[in-house]
Amino acid sequence: MISSHSYDVLVIGAGLAGMRAALTAHEQGVSVAILTKVHPVRSHSNAAQGGINAALTDRGDKWEDHAFETVKGSDYLGDQDAIEVLAREAGQDIITLEHMGVIFNRQDDGRLGTRRFGGQKKARTFFVSDFTGQAMLHVLYEQIMQAKIPVFEEWFATSLVKDDHGRCAGLAAFEIRNGNFALFRAKAVIMASGGLGRVYEPTTNALICTGDGMALAYRAGAPLMDMEMVQYHPTTLKGKGLLITEAARGEGAYLLNSKGERFMEHYAPNMLELASRDVVSRAAQTEINEGRGIKGCVLLDCRHLGRQVIQERLGQIHEEAKTFANVDLIEEPLPIRPGMHYQMGGIKTDINGRCWDPDGHWKGLHGLFAAGETACVSLHGGNRLGANSLLDTIVFGRRAGCCSAEYVRNLPKLHVPDSAIASDRRLVQALLARTGQGERAAALRLEMGTTMNRHVAVFREQDGMNIAKQHIRDLQARWPGITIQDKGHVFNTGVIAALELGFMLDCAETIIAGALTRTESRGAHFRTDYLDREDDEWLKHILLYHTGTGTPHIEYLPVKITQWQPQMRVY
Amino acid sequence: MQTTLRVRRFNPEHDQPSSYFQDYDLEVNPADSVLDGLIKVRETIDDSLALRCSCRGAICGSCGMRINGHAALACKTKMISVASEGETIQIEPMKNMPVIKDLITDMASFWSKIRQIQPWLQPQGPPPTTEYTAPPQAMQHLNRVMSCIMCGVCVSDCTVLEVDSQFIGPAALAKAYRFVADPRDAATRQRLENLNTPGGMWDCTRCMECIQACPKGVGPMDRIMSLRTKGMAAKIPATCGSRHAEVFTDIIKHKGILDEPMLAVRTFGLKHVGRLFEMIPMVFQSILKGKVPLSGPLHKPLTSIRHIQRLFKRARKKS
Repeated sequence: MISSHSYDVLVIGAGLAGMRAALTAHEQGVSVAILTKVHPVRSHSNAAQGGINAALTDRGDKWEDHAFETVKGSDYLGDQDAIEVLAREAGQDIITLEHMGVIFNRQDDGRLGTRRFGGQKKARTFFVSDFTGQAMLHVLYEQIMQAKIPVFEEWFATSLVKDDHGRCAGLAAFEIRNGNFALFRAKAVIMASGGLGRVYEPTTNALICTGDGMALAYRAGAPLMDMEMVQYHPTTLKGKGLLITEAARGEGAYLLNSKGERFMEHYAPNMLELASRDVVSRAAQTEINEGRGIKGCVLLDCRHLGRQVIQERLGQIHEEAKTFANVDLIEEPLPIRPGMHYQMGGIKTDINGRCWDPDGHWKGLHGLFAAGETACVSLHGGNRLGANSLLDTIVFGRRAGCCSAEYVRNLPKLHVPDSAIASDRRLVQALLARTGQGERAAALRLEMGTTMNRHVAVFREQDGMNIAKQHIRDLQARWPGITIQDKGHVFNTGVIAALELGFMLDCAETIIAGALTRTESRGAHFRTDYLDREDDEWLKHILLYHTGTGTPHIEYLPVKITQWQPQMRVY
Repeated sequence: MQTTLRVRRFNPEHDQPSSYFQDYDLEVNPADSVLDGLIKVRETIDDSLALRCSCRGAICGSCGMRINGHAALACKTKMISVASEGETIQIEPMKNMPVIKDLITDMASFWSKIRQIQPWLQPQGPPPTTEYTAPPQAMQHLNRVMSCIMCGVCVSDCTVLEVDSQFIGPAALAKAYRFVADPRDAATRQRLENLNTPGGMWDCTRCMECIQACPKGVGPMDRIMSLRTKGMAAKIPATCGSRHAEVFTDIIKHKGILDEPMLAVRTFGLKHVGRLFEMIPMVFQSILKGKVPLSGPLHKPLTSIRHIQRLFKRARKKS
């Protein structure tokens, strides 16, 4: 007897995008459930520290300015229709979040205050000290509790299922607590499962960020887009790669090299430390590569900000630096270096979160929606601005939720046989049944992460990427040989690690394919063998379709330009 | 450095499940966290070791567990802070909740208690067209309690929960305070009344364990005390808990020293006279051990009582 569940809309992932999507669909009166591999408040949205951007017109800001700076930040690869939506709808969403209970920082007059963030001339980043993501995540979960939306906590999705017409019609998953599989039938699935940071080692991302959603969608036939655009955050801690928020620089911190120079003067004379992330990361990496670093790092200097600013506005990183780097920001500069942080690319969606094109310009997967880091609308293009990711989750989570509710309303029940979960169940059984001295998933993951961080990082070139490509193929070939000592069904984290590694290898395959294909330098994708941006040839997106051969099928889509023609990008 | 992780294991799939300790010898970097050590065990020695973990940076709240007897986040606890070269670190699942497997606990009751306080903002009427205006200090004040990551560490080390599973617990009370102290919330009185019941805010014994354990500086017990103060200020119906606080203060004010029998009599009063009778066996035992303090007129005020009363006056002026 197979257990099964049925909803109009099923949301995968309970971070900010997932919960916002679920709440919105719920408000529209359709039946909704969330499925997540961790409890909602454990989601990685927690890690967003600095804030959320919005141009509030009653504060003298203009959404057009925010949109333009996002377009420029994206190195003109972002789709301008989507960016316009993002910037225009941001203000109302900030107010909605405030009404839900987010304790945004206030000015003296009791209204919401802002701070500056990178790549933007105006202070339009709303924030809660330096734990904005956490403060928002917990509030959205409060709303989920109030709305009594069912949450399947600690369930692991293994594949999307389709009906006879090839529409996405739900998913196969097992409960981590007991290993039991179930079929989730849904007229629409919203993928909101976050990023893929663990493809790299080190990364700022949590251990759960394993690209599950991207791989599930990719395997089911939806295209991934612009996967070569991997953001390295300029300020991460050595060792495990924990994030040190851009808000530190937003509040006025300096970046120094071993000679004590504010080196950003040479790379971005106007915006200095607050140039866009790709620019700052390249600068910091160049300083390190050219011998002006200190043990592989440069320095983030907060001392002149003073005790009060550090304690009140940067309290979390103050604590973090003390705990994890043994540095008191009030007293000494902190060694930091660029580290993998965010995937700009993801499952291709339109501005309503749909992973298919009603007009048929590109082939997608009906019934599948996506939002947040796992999706690629594309808002962030070649480089995401700080504090635009939280905004992305809130605006496009809402739009996906809204559109999915509309989509399912007149859709008859889809037919999926119970047998849809059989092959996944067999796969897990086979994993458990394998005995002997096979390789461990953790060891393979480390190889993958190290390779990616070496060859597909801040600076890239063809030979290195070909090595990475070969290595990933090799790892894919070794994947079926993984063995797990734990033969139990309760919280078998070995099984999960193996399945996640499979997802990550697929993601890595697309990152490398995209990066090898794009023979230019744009945004975070900087090729030392193709130094310039080539708008004539490359002002287009790369769509990657799963083939199962290890080499994706590639198609292109033109970038949507509304009002901002590509210009030289100077900060 | 060389260390041994002594982990309390439990596998519910064994024929006769029972918990036991298993030792893992490791070579670690002293600056590594206990979580790093556990991950190393899982990835290189024994992949059946079950634990929850995610962010590695003390923000997701997954890796609460007991380390050398006290609950903490494994990711925030450095090896060197809990063991020296060659020493053993004892690692067990959190207390006051059932264990599912190894270091993984069932947090269902934790969350049901959180839901009990109706943890969402309940403002008055429809919202304004723009944001609510609110005093910046009041919102800044909420930062600390909003830093709570729901890791369960305070609940694990709560000494009241150890003997009374009905107690709502430090995490839910801190969460309740987050709303009671929010100028935008309009359900303050209702919230305080809901907490003014058995198992609620008066059941904390002020042992401070939660303050010490909390990895985020939320200070749950301090929040509980603030809730009590707010409850009394809002004149919610008196309970044994609030009367205990009032009578305690009153006795000290008049005598400078605690008159314990009087405290009990006045706290329970006629309404809860049954509770007084429940104490009779204890009174007899105390008499046998010569430990019954004097009371009423036989219990003299301190000679320095004027000094104490001056302190009271000064404290009142300050508040």
